Order: sequence, then C-alpha cells, then structure tokens
Amino acid sequence: MTMNDPRAGEARSRDPMLAIRQLRKVYDGSGRTVEAIRDVTFSLDEGELVCIVGPSGAGKTTLLRCIAGLLEPTSGEVMLAGKPIAGPSPGMAVVFQEYGRSLFPWMRVRQNVELPLKEKGKSPEERRRLVDESLEAVGLRDAREAYPWQLSGGMQQRVAIARAIAYEPKVLLMDEPFASVDAQTRAELEDLVRAIWVRLGVTIVFVTHDIDESVYLGERVVVLSASPTTVMQDVPIDLGSVRSQLETRADPRFGQLRGQIYALIKDAKHQV
Amino acid sequence: MAPTKTPLKTVTRSAKFRGLVGFLAFLAVWEILPVAGVLPARYFPPFHEVLAAMALNLASPIFWQSVLYTTEAWFLGLTIAFVAAALVGLILGSIPILWRYTESTIEFLRPIPSVALIPLAVLMFGIDVKSALLLIVYAAFWQILIQILYGVKDVDPVALDTARVYGLGRWSRIRYVSWPTALPYAITGFRLGASVALVLAVTAELVIGNPGIGHQVALAQSAMALPEMYSLVITAGIMGVLVNILARFIERKALGWHQSTRSGA
Ligand SMILES: Nc1ncnc2c1ncn2[C@@H]1O[C@H](COP(=O)(O)OP(=O)(O)OP(=O)(O)O)[C@@H](O)[C@H]1O
Ligand SMILES: [Mg+2]
Repeated sequence: MTMNDPRAGEARSRDPMLAIRQLRKVYDGSGRTVEAIRDVTFSLDEGELVCIVGPSGAGKTTLLRCIAGLLEPTSGEVMLAGKPIAGPSPGMAVVFQEYGRSLFPWMRVRQNVELPLKEKGKSPEERRRLVDESLEAVGLRDAREAYPWQLSGGMQQRVAIARAIAYEPKVLLMDEPFASVDAQTRAELEDLVRAIWVRLGVTIVFVTHDIDESVYLGERVVVLSASPTTVMQDVPIDLGSVRSQLETRADPRFGQLRGQIYALIKDAKHQV
Repeated sequence: MAPTKTPLKTVTRSAKFRGLVGFLAFLAVWEILPVAGVLPARYFPPFHEVLAAMALNLASPIFWQSVLYTTEAWFLGLTIAFVAAALVGLILGSIPILWRYTESTIEFLRPIPSVALIPLAVLMFGIDVKSALLLIVYAAFWQILIQILYGVKDVDPVALDTARVYGLGRWSRIRYVSWPTALPYAITGFRLGASVALVLAVTAELVIGNPGIGHQVALAQSAMALPEMYSLVITAGIMGVLVNILARFIERKALGWHQSTRSGA
C-alpha cells in the first residue's frame, strides 16, 4: 500500500502532527451560553493513535469539530503540522457517528468515496486507484456499485472509513464511529481501525465514551473531565502494538488501565 | 418493498375497475338528463353529440394545431418557471442572509393571483403567446420555488458537515448535497406547477385570445356550437390528466433511490 507516499520523503519536523493549545469553546446561543470546553491542551506526533474519552456532554464532539475546522474555537488554537487550522483542511478527514446521514444516499458507494477526490482535483486514474484500494482495505470491494442504504450499518461505516482513507489525510478524526453498531460488528470495526493504522501509519484521533474501546484501540488515552471540560489525564497504553479482541482484553494490564480510567471518569462526574 | 407489491396491485386494479364503472355511469346520466328534459338541452347537449364533435375534432387540423399551441405554451412556461425557481431556490436556500432579506417580499408576491396580471400582460405583449407565458411562469414559479425552499431547508446538517470536511466548496455543496436533497421537493413542485401551468395556459387563451384550445372554446361558444365547445373542454380535461400522469411518471423515474430509502427506513 502506497497511500501515504507523499509523506515518506518529507523532512521530519519537530512540530507535532496535531497540536491543540488551550482550546476553549463557549456556545453563545440566544440567551443561553454554554461553556462546552474550558481548557484543553494535548498533541499527537505523526502516526500516533490517540483515544479521547470523557463523560457524556463533556464536549467531545465539540472538540472534534473544532479540530476539524467545522467550528471556530472561542480561544486557543489547533495546529496541523505546525500550521494553524482555519476551516476544513485537506489534511484531515472525519468519520462521523451518524454514518447513515454522512453518506450521500443518492450516490453509489464508489461515487461517495470518489467525490472528495474529484474535488481535490485528482486524475481519473488516480481516483480509480484510490477508490479501489480503500474499498479493498475495508473489505468492501464488491459493494462498489451498491447504494449506501442497501448496506448494513457496519458496512456503511466501512464505506465512510474507506472514503476517509482514500482522501489520504494526515490526520483521521473519528467521533464515536461505532456507537450505533452491534457488539460483534463493533469488534470487527475496531480491529479494522487498528489494521488501517498499522498499514497506513496515519495519525488518528478516536473519540469514544466507551472506556474499554479507548484502551483497546489507543496508544494513549486522553481523559476529559466533565463540563467545564479540561484534560484530566493523558494515559499511555502499554499493551504492545499487536492487539486482539480475545487476548488483549484478557490481559491483566488491560484490566488495570481500564480500572484507572474508569476511576478517573467516575471522579470527573462526582466533581460536578 | 417487494412483498407489499402484490396486494397493492390488486387493490389498485379493483379501484381502477370501480373508477371505470363510476365514470361510465356518469356518462350515461349525462346522456339521459338532457334527453329526459331534466337539464335544458340548449346548454347541455346529450353526450353522444359531444362524442360526435370529438370525433370530428380528431380529423381537424385546426384542432390539432390548437392542442399544439396550448401544449407549447404550457411546456415553455413550465420549463422557464422550473429553471428559474430551481436557481432562485437553491441560491436563496444556500445563502441564509439573502433569504432573510427576501422572505417578506416573496410572501407578498406569492399570493397575487396570476390572472390579476392579465391586463399587464396584454399591455406588454398584446395577443401574443408571451402574454400567456407571463401568466404561466408567474403561477408555476411560486409553486415550485416554495417546494425547493422547503427542500433546501431539509438538508441534513451531518451531510453538510461531511461535504465541508471533504473540501466541497459552496457550488459543489449545492450541486452534490442541496440539489439532490431538494430534488424530491422540486419534483413535487414540478407536478403542482404543471397543473397550474395548464390552467393558466387555457385561461390566457380564453381571456386574452392567443391561439390554443382555450381560444377554440371561446370561438365555439360565440358560435353557439355547444357540442363542439364541450368537446374542447373535455380535451382540456384530458390534457390535464395526461400532464398529471406524465409528472407522476417523471417523479417515479427521478426518485428511484429516494422511494427505496423511504420504504427501507
Ligand atoms: N450547537 C450547540 N449550541 C449550543 N450548545 C451546544 C451545541 N452543541 C453542543 N452544545 C453543548 O455543549 C456541551 C457539549 O456537547 P458535545 O456534543 O460536544 O458533548 P459530547 O461529549 O460529544 O457528548 P456525547 O457523549 O453525548 O456525544 C453540551 O452541554 C451541549 O449541550
Ligand atoms: Mg458527541
């Protein structure tokens, strides 16, 4: 797989791939102001896979939307490879939780994956290759000509992942992507994310409210407090780079890490 | 959706049968009442006379020419209205600030009955098809525009976020997200507009006098050729039915994915 070739020759700079500095977001709606995020700082080096967990309403989606450039932070900044983000960047792709609404029902699977590449100005051959490779990578080569609504939920989310990796982002953002699929499919998709990460070396920010999922997937877990949101702790996950649903989850270390994060989040809730 | 198909079909078939029986009964009553003297035969010729007039029409070049004129005005007016409403609707719907400034004006202009513009049309264009087009476009435009505005408002915020994340600019978002979302609404608007356009095409011919079926009706009336007049009225009715069938056909064709999404959900 040569999807990330352009990066291979680049001089490695000392800037982190993604840096979030003192990010604050206050929603200022009609009469009601909500401080969704108070002060969040963390960064990812190139090729890291970091999970973000936090209690419901902690502002995880808000944080991700700020990182993606869909939402302007009230203060603080987001830097992608040393450059500040001001709006959606070709260096980032997002996989949304609502896969059913994020895929365009009027386009076939292939067209859904291809559209962003067209917008990027890729040549037809290049697009073909990227679409084929990314659908292959998520195991959906045969669904090219299907419409998204003809596929199961898990398959739809695979299409969304294929669309994201075909875009060749430097950073892949995922907002609770597996929150609405069944447990079996979820386990498969988790392994798919790990596999893609290993294969492409892409930097991934994975938001979830599921502590087990964050420990299983992440190389690091950033734990957010309840609102007003700050980073409670940045937990390194030393479970090795090869993970398997059966063995990793049975590993005593997995249990320890899980317990540690669980306690943190329980604290977070009680502080409010 | 496959399992529901068979029962649905039988239902529509028997419904069609009952409809046909009812219609034949209506024609029978029409035939009998003037003959029996219940309706004044002077104004209501029995159906067989109207039928004879219709048969004569079929061989008349003037009749077919009139049908063509009316169809042309209808089609042209509807097309102009649709394209204009689609453009205006997509632009207003995608640029909220524009919408806020124009909403009140639209709400003011929309209820003006198109026929109230007849004097203006005659002043501007005289007895020309342009007069008819003005009325047709005005009436159909609002029908379609309102639908498209609803449609653009129905755009899924997640779909829009997706489009932005993946670098789709404003124009691409309209083309790949807003327009497909609004399409079912646009087609409903097209169907409503198609009926209204025919009504105004005939009205214009009747009142302004540009050539077409409506004008033929007026001529038949002034000649007191009542069976002829009725045959033309019925022709206009048949055109209305055909327009509706055509619009529903287009609706089904264009919204294949949409119907399936609906029934799947
Ligand atoms: N558009 C908005 N306008 C006003 N307030 C908002 C908006 N979006 C989110 N909020 C508020 O910001 C806070 C954080 O919301 P957010 O959706 O980011 O949390 P979350 O961590 O993603 O929650 P969940 O785990 O339920 O997905 C909540 O109090 C929410 O009510
Ligand atoms: Mg959320």
